Amino acid sequence: MNQFQYIRPSKQQAAIEAVARDANAKFIAGGTNLVDLMKRGVMAPQKLVDINRLPLAKIEHENGGLRIGALALNSAVADDRQVRERQPLLAQAINAGASAQLRNMATTGGNMLQRTRCPYFYDTALPCNKREPGTGCGALEGINRMHAIFGFSDKCIAVHPSDMSVALVALDATVLVSGPKGDRRIPFADLHRLPGDTPEKDTTLEPGELITAVDVPDGPFTKHVSYYKVRERASYAFALVSAAVALDLDGNTIKAARLAFGGVAHKPWRLQTAEQFLVGKPATEETFRQAAAVAMQGAKAFKHNEYKLKLAPNTLIQTLKNAAAA
Amino acid sequence: MKPQDKHIGGTLNRVDGHLKVTGAATYSAEYELPGMSYAVLVGSTIAKGRIKSIDARAAERAPGVLAVITHFNSPKVPGFTPTGKDPSQPQTVGGRLKVFHDDLVRFNDQPIAVVVADTLERARFAARLVKAEYAAEKHETDMSAGLKQAFVPTQAKKNPKSPVADYVRGTADAYKTGTRRLEAEYIIPTEVHHPMELQSIIAHWEAPDRLTLYDKTQGTLATRRDFAKEWNLPEENVKVIATFVGGAFGNALHSWPHESAAIIAAKKVNRPVKLVLTREQMTTMVGYRPHTWQKIGMSASADGKITAITHEATGQTSSYEEFTESTVQQTRMMYESPNVNTRYRLAALDVSTPIWMRGPGEATGAFALESAMDEMAYLLNLDPLEFRLRNYTDKDPENGKPWSSKFLKECYQMGAERIGWNKRQLKPGSLRDGEWLVGYGMGVGTFGAHRGSSKANVRLLPNGTVVLQSAVTDIGPGTGTAMTQIAADALGLPPDKIRFEWGNSQFAQAPTQGGSAIVNTVGPAVQEACMAMKEKLRTMAGASNAAFASARKEEVVFADTYLTLNGNPGARASYADLLKQTDGGFVTVESKPNGENNQKYSMYSFSVHFAEVRVNPLTGEVRVSKLVSCADAGTIVNQKTAGNQMKGGAVGGIGMALMEAAVMDDRFGRYVTKDLADYHVPVQADAPAVDVLFVNQPDPHVNALGTKGIGEIAIIGVAPAIANAVFNATGKRIRELPITPDKLV
Repeated sequence: MNQFQYIRPSKQQAAIEAVARDANAKFIAGGTNLVDLMKRGVMAPQKLVDINRLPLAKIEHENGGLRIGALALNSAVADDRQVRERQPLLAQAINAGASAQLRNMATTGGNMLQRTRCPYFYDTALPCNKREPGTGCGALEGINRMHAIFGFSDKCIAVHPSDMSVALVALDATVLVSGPKGDRRIPFADLHRLPGDTPEKDTTLEPGELITAVDVPDGPFTKHVSYYKVRERASYAFALVSAAVALDLDGNTIKAARLAFGGVAHKPWRLQTAEQFLVGKPATEETFRQAAAVAMQGAKAFKHNEYKLKLAPNTLIQTLKNAAAA
Repeated sequence: MKPQDKHIGGTLNRVDGHLKVTGAATYSAEYELPGMSYAVLVGSTIAKGRIKSIDARAAERAPGVLAVITHFNSPKVPGFTPTGKDPSQPQTVGGRLKVFHDDLVRFNDQPIAVVVADTLERARFAARLVKAEYAAEKHETDMSAGLKQAFVPTQAKKNPKSPVADYVRGTADAYKTGTRRLEAEYIIPTEVHHPMELQSIIAHWEAPDRLTLYDKTQGTLATRRDFAKEWNLPEENVKVIATFVGGAFGNALHSWPHESAAIIAAKKVNRPVKLVLTREQMTTMVGYRPHTWQKIGMSASADGKITAITHEATGQTSSYEEFTESTVQQTRMMYESPNVNTRYRLAALDVSTPIWMRGPGEATGAFALESAMDEMAYLLNLDPLEFRLRNYTDKDPENGKPWSSKFLKECYQMGAERIGWNKRQLKPGSLRDGEWLVGYGMGVGTFGAHRGSSKANVRLLPNGTVVLQSAVTDIGPGTGTAMTQIAADALGLPPDKIRFEWGNSQFAQAPTQGGSAIVNTVGPAVQEACMAMKEKLRTMAGASNAAFASARKEEVVFADTYLTLNGNPGARASYADLLKQTDGGFVTVESKPNGENNQKYSMYSFSVHFAEVRVNPLTGEVRVSKLVSCADAGTIVNQKTAGNQMKGGAVGGIGMALMEAAVMDDRFGRYVTKDLADYHVPVQADAPAVDVLFVNQPDPHVNALGTKGIGEIAIIGVAPAIANAVFNATGKRIRELPITPDKLV
């Protein structure tokens, strides 16, 4: 590992300033992803600013929503009674991610900011525009079984690996950020970005900006929800495709729907057109099939991930069925 | 437990279990020696070419660095003769990679430098600073290209009786003229052993001509031989210690470049050197199950008798070393068929050398053969179990010899009953559990009941403890526990009076642990050594005690502190007195297989695996909901450890069937699945409770214990059982492993 400085401030402002004034500084919380990347030589920050002393681990209900602190552990959020009652989709999504050991270390903020698991990003001997801009996208003409079918560019076809974020984007969450220029709120759908010409940037956060919490507004989605993750083993694997579905049903009629895919794009992939399609329709398999077709509009596959063009809609159908039956 | 109780066949807990679960077992990387230094390997980033230059200056200047060794400055290894032949010509048997010996790069991530420092962290940091320049050449890692240049293995060319030579019974390719016939291709990808314990070694030159290795190896004596030869030393000057091995599955059956590198580094820095591979290097530096293409042709009569089988296989190997395995063996002897022929070929690519992985070639071959059996049964509209029964063999069709023992039919019956085979429907897709499709499948496995020669040392201590020593390793099956049981029964002592010591090249000669042969081979040596010691002590006691002099050794009883005789408790010879004599009770025995029996009988272990799977018709996910493994492995020495070994093999089979694949980007000749997040092995949630059933009938001919071996048959046949169950559930025949959701959706 490279030599680096390590500081552990107890004041939020000090942490933010330490990162804002040093381009080679990084926040660290659970470290489940960053430490791994440092060991593999993918990231080499010269300063680590440990934020674990900041009072950001609370999970509270206030002003018509849940506020989940950035340092709340994944396991703590998934097990929290308020979360399970008010946002069961979020609890399901978190529990679909990683392993129990990792969820006991990983934080809410860190989970959102985990980097892609693209193998070209992870191997410093292979090209990757995200790791080293200008070297080319290794996956574009390479092994791209796990890669994007939406929103990619010729510079990067990687996917975002988080499960939790798929639920948060579906649930219209808002990210609370504090930075050198003050505080701001970012709609969750705007936190992650598409690769475009600058795949090295995963998010819209500015230098020194720290996620302090995420707000999840109360909604009617307390019963008919499902997070379904298709992967190559029963646990501890990244998604081939995942889907988050939250339905508000009136009898068998869909009053409102929230849908998102994971494992298909550089960001958690909200499916608003398909959501609108579902409103007012009966919750039947036929409706779900039609919605899945709507959801897939614009999808495009590469050499090895053609299966996603079928797996993604099928996963959405399965998840809609599970949610309706929940 | 009373000493007269029989321990063979019991459930003795692992003798080293407490050490292992409390962390007190010392694995090779855990030894601490004064002046220890730490080594990290630098791998090439091209697959083929020449190293033009290596800039090690920054690494050499980095804090704590003791040496950066490359082919430019490596100490001369006397056993590394100059590379004579052109490595681009694959038709040579070749040999192990000579690390830091020349400027040739033969595979991607080949070790090109080793950095030695006073701490691991400093070595790892400096290793990143080493920069190489290459003259890259066009490499070939794509199996489809390799197949076009597949060749007959050299050993088959030299010896037509070699097990990898072409085989014909009746007429070759006779299936082509059959009316009910099938021809299908089966592919398994490269699979990686990935035991939990990383490959690790400590190399310590205790004197300029005396080397001690704390090494992860399956064979202390094989490792000793290889490195004694490499350094031109007498074998007795090399000591290899491998007391605990944290799983290996075959990847410690060979000597590898990292071991050579650690020894070279220790020579250079004149300090002990510890070298532990990274998880990524486990993919490239210590072997793998080779990517293998197979084709089966089969024909059968209307009444379900096989009339012909042709089995072709081509396995991947490296450009510098021919690796062969018995991929087509099961086809030659498993089923009655007048016409059988096999062809085995190699495809040399610019990759590192493969090595046997649990169930070795047989597990690969069984995927093809047992899938084809299922396909043919379906074609004939027959139950696949019935089809196998109709082609059952009561003698070995390959050589006409009787089996030493065979209870496969009993396995079929037990297993079918336990899985509920009668629920299986001939028509695929007939059964459902909610939305999930349900299917049943079976696969048969076999592996030679091999027995080699082995020695065992035994001695009695004054406190009545018996100490046995063997150079054998215990990579996890519970060898130490089984040997303790065998000795306990031979001596009539409770197991806690037996101390079996293993994993040291200075102990009595024993073979490398592999090929399911250790209980078969070392077990008899332990048994015979114990009996010999008993007789020796009786004779010694008889010198001054007429009762002992006239007794038979079977009458000798080991009491707490003295020897006595069954039915004559007055006869006593104290251990203290006996051991005053010059050599105590020390005995070494060599045990050899019965050559006559080997000539007369065909010796195999057999297994059958039954799988019940659930398949999601929308997403293509497969869950193995039940797995029943039945084994005819002769006497089962320890029900618990043997059961555990069977379960481990079954779980390995789930991995092989559903998820394991090392994927290479052929543009770079570099793997993209190098960690355990990308290379999937089963987790707990993937494994149902595996039901293990043993016939437990002693084999009368392999050895006096009646054992046949279970390590390999635990996995051979599992993958096709699952693949066949997937077909039964979905009607989709997947002939290329692993069966991931993308292949079923």
